Amino acid sequence: MKRQSRILIATASLLLIGLYFTPLWWIKLDAPQYPEGLGLYIWINQITGENPNDLQTINGLNHYIGMKHITPESIPELTLMPYIVGFLILSGLCITILNKRNWLAVWIGSFLIVLIAGLVDFYLWEYDYGHNLDPNAPIKVPGMTYQPPLIGTKQLLNMRTTSLPYIGGVLAGLSFLLGIVVWFREKRANISTKDTKNENVLVAH
Amino acid sequence: MFSNWKRAGVKIALVLAVGIVFWWGCSGKKEMAGSGDAASKVYVAPGSYDEFYAFLSGGFSGQVAAYGLPSGRLLRVIPVFAVNPENGYGYSEETKGMFNSTHGFIPWDDSHHPELSKTDDVPDGRWLFINSNNTPRIARIDLSTFRTAEILEIPNSGGNHASPFATENTEYVVAATRFSVPIPDRDVPINSFKENFKGTLTFVKVDQTSGNMDIAFQILAPGFDYDLSHAGKGPSSGWFFFSTYNTEQAHTLLEINASQKDKDFILAVNWKKAEEYVKQGKAKDWDGEYYHNVFNESTQMAESNLKKGVKMLIPSECPGLLYLMPCPKSPHGADVDPSGEYIVGGGKLATVIPVFSFSKMQKAIEAKAFDGEVEGIPVLKYDEVIAGEVKEPGLGPLHTEFDGKGFAYTSHFVSSEIVKWKIGTWEVVDRMPAYYSIGHLMIPGGDSRQPWGKYVLAMNKITKDRYLPTGPELNQSAQLIDITGDKMKLLLDFPTVGEPHYAQGIAAELVTKHQKKIFDINENKHPHVTKSEKDARVERKGNEVRVYMTAARSHFSPDNIEGIKVGDVVYFHVTNLEQDWDIAHGFAIKGGDNAELLLMPGETLTYRWTPKKAGIYPFYCTDFCSALHQEMQGYIRVSAANANVPISFGTGK
Repeated sequence: MKRQSRILIATASLLLIGLYFTPLWWIKLDAPQYPEGLGLYIWINQITGENPNDLQTINGLNHYIGMKHITPESIPELTLMPYIVGFLILSGLCITILNKRNWLAVWIGSFLIVLIAGLVDFYLWEYDYGHNLDPNAPIKVPGMTYQPPLIGTKQLLNMRTTSLPYIGGVLAGLSFLLGIVVWFREKRANISTKDTKNENVLVAH
Repeated sequence: MFSNWKRAGVKIALVLAVGIVFWWGCSGKKEMAGSGDAASKVYVAPGSYDEFYAFLSGGFSGQVAAYGLPSGRLLRVIPVFAVNPENGYGYSEETKGMFNSTHGFIPWDDSHHPELSKTDDVPDGRWLFINSNNTPRIARIDLSTFRTAEILEIPNSGGNHASPFATENTEYVVAATRFSVPIPDRDVPINSFKENFKGTLTFVKVDQTSGNMDIAFQILAPGFDYDLSHAGKGPSSGWFFFSTYNTEQAHTLLEINASQKDKDFILAVNWKKAEEYVKQGKAKDWDGEYYHNVFNESTQMAESNLKKGVKMLIPSECPGLLYLMPCPKSPHGADVDPSGEYIVGGGKLATVIPVFSFSKMQKAIEAKAFDGEVEGIPVLKYDEVIAGEVKEPGLGPLHTEFDGKGFAYTSHFVSSEIVKWKIGTWEVVDRMPAYYSIGHLMIPGGDSRQPWGKYVLAMNKITKDRYLPTGPELNQSAQLIDITGDKMKLLLDFPTVGEPHYAQGIAAELVTKHQKKIFDINENKHPHVTKSEKDARVERKGNEVRVYMTAARSHFSPDNIEGIKVGDVVYFHVTNLEQDWDIAHGFAIKGGDNAELLLMPGETLTYRWTPKKAGIYPFYCTDFCSALHQEMQGYIRVSAANANVPISFGTGK
């Protein structure tokens, strides 16, 4: 690999370290009586309130519609994710150090799988929270479910719910994009070296 | 010809009649706000904040009312010296202790003079102190919670009026007795006043971290009435000035007998010197019992301690401690201007406003320009200490505040007006009528080194026709006046809580910056806290039953309780589990001979209940907390004293 590509892959890997320090996703709830808003941060390893007591407050409010308590301890993915991200960081760095161009595609492929699986998993959790409601809940609106959007804004009763990638999510996206860029660069470089080789052969003849 | 005269006569009669009707109309009409732009000057749009907090004493309500200025919105009534069934203050087990005194539980008092804590003689928004006049005490309100954090009883005092004015950095707040009494109190004939009755000046030390107060020392003063006070600042730093009346030392029909002398005194106290004397061991150990009640925010419980003994300084043994400045006549205010050079006496019955000069006072002391002495206290010569007199100010001058731009504003009770005058020339430059009979007035920071000289607030004793009538009993009123121009402009008036005697104002951001929104439940060290619904329970020990209850939207845990018996003493320790701003819960039981509890997020309070009859007792949340607030209710079963119903409890079972 070119020197530049190796630097970029190292950067892509190192960007992922940020995921341990900043949330991936941000769910913001606005309501008439919450002008200051309530918010949830989804990290690779935890779910926290935007303010210290937001998670408790959101859980308290959700019991009216029969939504399950969001208890980070009960979500196994939060235990798994730090290892998966760790693997991506280490393998990315390995590719840089050992200069293995062929492994790059595997790295990008596994990263893509992690991204898609992560988003699908997140969607499924949201689906579960939004649909799997306590039949004895005090507030039952026929036909109403409470699944927050994956990305974007949705009005759920009095709560305007906005879901967006947070800094960690952006970092992960950037890291992945860098991988793709390097992959394309290397592919082009590969082709051009092959061409030069062919020319040399011709000249030799 | 005749008919012409007749016609002219009719015309004149008509003109006269119209004139008279017009005059009636005019004279019957009340004074209104003068300028057309007044409304826009006091308009604070919905959702916007006022520029200033104003803390008005509640007088006979015993409380403090917090208003926003310039809108005049009532923000909150802070319960201080009177029990407040509205939130259980003085009723809950936690807060009862705040009312302990050497006279027992005192459910009411007369709160007079709010005083903001200061740094470098500028209000700093940490605490608000206020005195109670009837049973002598000083309270400290924590401005992060707007709650009474501490109440300190003042021993050897007969009515704490000249209080709780603070030194430049709140090192001390003071308390001087309005009614002289035998010190220590004892059974003597009232007509032995001159022989046995004394005043005291109490210096209360304030801890700069916790705000906690304690009595540092007292000064035994002549048997006068001590009315108001202010600390020196700048050059007069280290001094305190107290107004006195009844220097005649009358004990009956004071309105006549205490109004005989042309001049009473302003008493100047060198408190730095007093500190030295105390350090030198000159203070004597005197009796004096007093209660010190502190609300412990960690355990959420009033801690009430009886303390004994005070350090007493005797002026005749402490030269240079006290000086008397003659002041016409029965002065109320003793107000120090922002520079610290001038002390303004507000002689209720005086025809001038005397302004004393601190530098002249120092020279007079040096030159021993004395005009005799009272009980060993030198009386300074009036002419040697006076800087100037405001001539013909108005009738009944009471109290003066300053705008920081070289002007002073003095309230006049009898002529019902505020008189603006210039410091230095002592000339009256403007007058503003008050509706009616103004007592105190307040400019935010107007007694400090740096007044926010935008508004003056008049606090009026008589309201009469200013608002829609409410029968014979009317609220008193406050009146907001713009003082940014040469002429004062009336902007607004609004009814007040109780009888404001004095007020303090402060730029809002100095208070808002350390506001608490909730009580952190993790910090709640209440001995009977229940931090989780699964810990909710009922425990019996003999006839004492403790209910460990939680409140969260929208249920109590437990909400069904059985096994209570007639003759039990039941304590409901209710904890509000919410950690969400402004989500309070209430608690009340049918037939409970107690006030409700109002629980802020993270707070634990206790309701004591002694059921008298067997039956079913509903209880419920009294503060509309949620969409299902109306469902937030439960039942207590009370059985006969000899019944065999076991304790049982639960929620949702």
